[in-house]
Amino acid sequence: MNRRTLLAAGATAAFAAALGAPLRANGKIKVGFIYVGPINDGGWTQHHHHSAKEMVEHFGDAVDFVYQENVPEGPDAERAITQMCLGGADIIFTTSFGFMDPTINVAKKFPNVKFEHATGYKQADNVSVYSARFYEGRAIQGTLAGRVTKTNKVGYIASVPIPEVVRGINSAFIHARKVNPDVEFKIVWIFEWLNPAKEADAAKALIEQGCDVVLQHTDSTAPHAAAKEAGGVYTFGQAADMAEYGPMPRISSIIDNWAPYYIARVQAALDGTWSSVNTWDGISTGMVGIGEISDAVPAEVKAEAEAMRDAIAAGEYHPFTGPINKQDGSVWLADGEIADDGALAGLNFYVEGITGNIPS
Amino acid sequence: MIRLEKRKQTSRFWTYVTPILAVVLTMIFGGVLFAILGKDPVLAIKTIFWDPVFGEFAFYYRPEVLKKAAPLILIAIGLSYGFKAGIWNIGAEGQYIIGAICAAGVALAFYPMEGRWFIFPLMIVAGVLGGMIWAMVPALLRVYFKTNEILVSLMLVYVADVLIKAFSIGLMRNPDGHGFPGSRNLNDYSSAANLELIAGTGLHWGVIAAMGVVVASYAILARHQFGFHVRLTGESPRAAGFAGVNANRLIMVCFLISGGLAGVAGMFEVSGPAAQILGSFPSAYGFTAIIVAFLGRLNPIGILLAGLLLALTYVGGGAAETAMNIPSATIQIFQGMLLFVLLSVDVLTNYRLRWAAKAGGV
Repeated sequence: MNRRTLLAAGATAAFAAALGAPLRANGKIKVGFIYVGPINDGGWTQHHHHSAKEMVEHFGDAVDFVYQENVPEGPDAERAITQMCLGGADIIFTTSFGFMDPTINVAKKFPNVKFEHATGYKQADNVSVYSARFYEGRAIQGTLAGRVTKTNKVGYIASVPIPEVVRGINSAFIHARKVNPDVEFKIVWIFEWLNPAKEADAAKALIEQGCDVVLQHTDSTAPHAAAKEAGGVYTFGQAADMAEYGPMPRISSIIDNWAPYYIARVQAALDGTWSSVNTWDGISTGMVGIGEISDAVPAEVKAEAEAMRDAIAAGEYHPFTGPINKQDGSVWLADGEIADDGALAGLNFYVEGITGNIPS
Repeated sequence: MIRLEKRKQTSRFWTYVTPILAVVLTMIFGGVLFAILGKDPVLAIKTIFWDPVFGEFAFYYRPEVLKKAAPLILIAIGLSYGFKAGIWNIGAEGQYIIGAICAAGVALAFYPMEGRWFIFPLMIVAGVLGGMIWAMVPALLRVYFKTNEILVSLMLVYVADVLIKAFSIGLMRNPDGHGFPGSRNLNDYSSAANLELIAGTGLHWGVIAAMGVVVASYAILARHQFGFHVRLTGESPRAAGFAGVNANRLIMVCFLISGGLAGVAGMFEVSGPAAQILGSFPSAYGFTAIIVAFLGRLNPIGILLAGLLLALTYVGGGAAETAMNIPSATIQIFQGMLLFVLLSVDVLTNYRLRWAAKAGGV
């Protein structure tokens, strides 16, 4: 294709021509992954990569696996995704919120490629979105935190002020208060997902302020190391089990497990049954895994937390069930009312009892 | 003991050949690096340097190289004035960010009013002024308080970085963005969008501005008295003083030029490829432009070529990452190696090695 015909036909037509055949005739499928971090970050990206590899193992030779790590969110992401399409990818998973607009833009140019965007809200005919209900795991952490704390001060290392993080804080707080009315949360925002030095500083500051439980929405094990050094402080694994820090300080964890979803979606693409969906799964499908609760927790507390886990998995209990008031005291959920997914997806306020403001 | 001795006169020939030599040496060292990683070195080098321009998908990659090169060239041209005169603005990245914030601020203030004829030019002005104001801080401190402009300009990069993060979750956050950080997408706002002027060519206003700046800069440095003053100050500040060059004014002007061009580069980027104010907007163009300026020998034509080359390593490097599963860090090492090799080769252009009996020398 020379330059003149390209200009005449326009870019879109050129892309379509460059990528004529949708699926390989021999039943082989090329699956691409775009990662925001390095594949060994110990948290978010590593778990997407692990799950992707599990998916590749599941399908064996039927899958041709490509990935690009450390892709910055912005114009470079659009190029990285396009590169994969040009390289003949049939289905591409873009695994960070910041890849949302780039994914949508590229998807317009490659109508025959299927896209799966993690944690976003923009869908298209060839773009699915998927995310995990991590707040379900937070409810269990909150319960444990409320039970084990002796100082009644719980520290929370928050990452970036987006609804997912706010949901986690609210869910943990609601359940900590439920079992311990005197509990207070101290929240530190570090504005990053992964920064061991800042995470360690935040953990130390929280511990010095008297927190004997530290929850984290950041990906490194640095807070665990700080807690171990201080002694008598409880922590929770994030994204990974972080079992190497058990039984103390790490007493449980939230584990990201995308493998079942990846296997299902690639299978659908292979079968020709793929269609654009909006998936938000939690403990019930295994997308949110709850790490083994360690023996440092009293047996009756462990049983209580496990009962809650099973109730959530069975769909008998929703962590956001009223009565719940907003921070300013106004009613959010009436008695027995359950928050709808739309409200949860855009959640941008604290519930009653949490002090401080969400950064803006 | 090896001693470095300054050559009395550097060869004109070597001045132009060393950048090419550095690129070739980098390819060789890079090839070795790829080979150690178990990747075919020839294929890797071909994927990075040949395929984006002449390969199967060149129709997509060529425009991408242009888009990537435009901000690098704009910023590097601006920096080249100061660097020629021995004035070190290391903080172009910060001026680039502030330019983007100011330009996006104008766009968001007028949203959703239609009126491209005045909004887009106003954004350009805001971008230039934003970059200039940010650059004036180190310039004024240098002129009035003799502070070190390298440190001040560099530190202001971190301030700008914090500012854009704060704006992306605060003042400029998209009210329809479901609570996520980031401003509105400027590509969706026709009065502010800096899109391709002809589809599939990569030509947006920033690319055109970069070309214009290269031509203008060439004329100024070769023909205009200001260009002469800049060169003279760099080569001999004392002589420049005798020739009537006002050193303080020159510092201010050089910072205004580099800040303004970095700011406008930020404007074209935020309204075009980046499309929004976001915490991840800073992409180190302001730092990479320093490599571009030196690789291009502080010469506008050289900078044009060097900018295209660096852009090629980004675009081709990304392609190599996916096509050959080369770790992204390897590509960054490769780019860093380019500057390192160039500086090493430069030492040998300007100095000769001498075996000497006793220690000392330069």
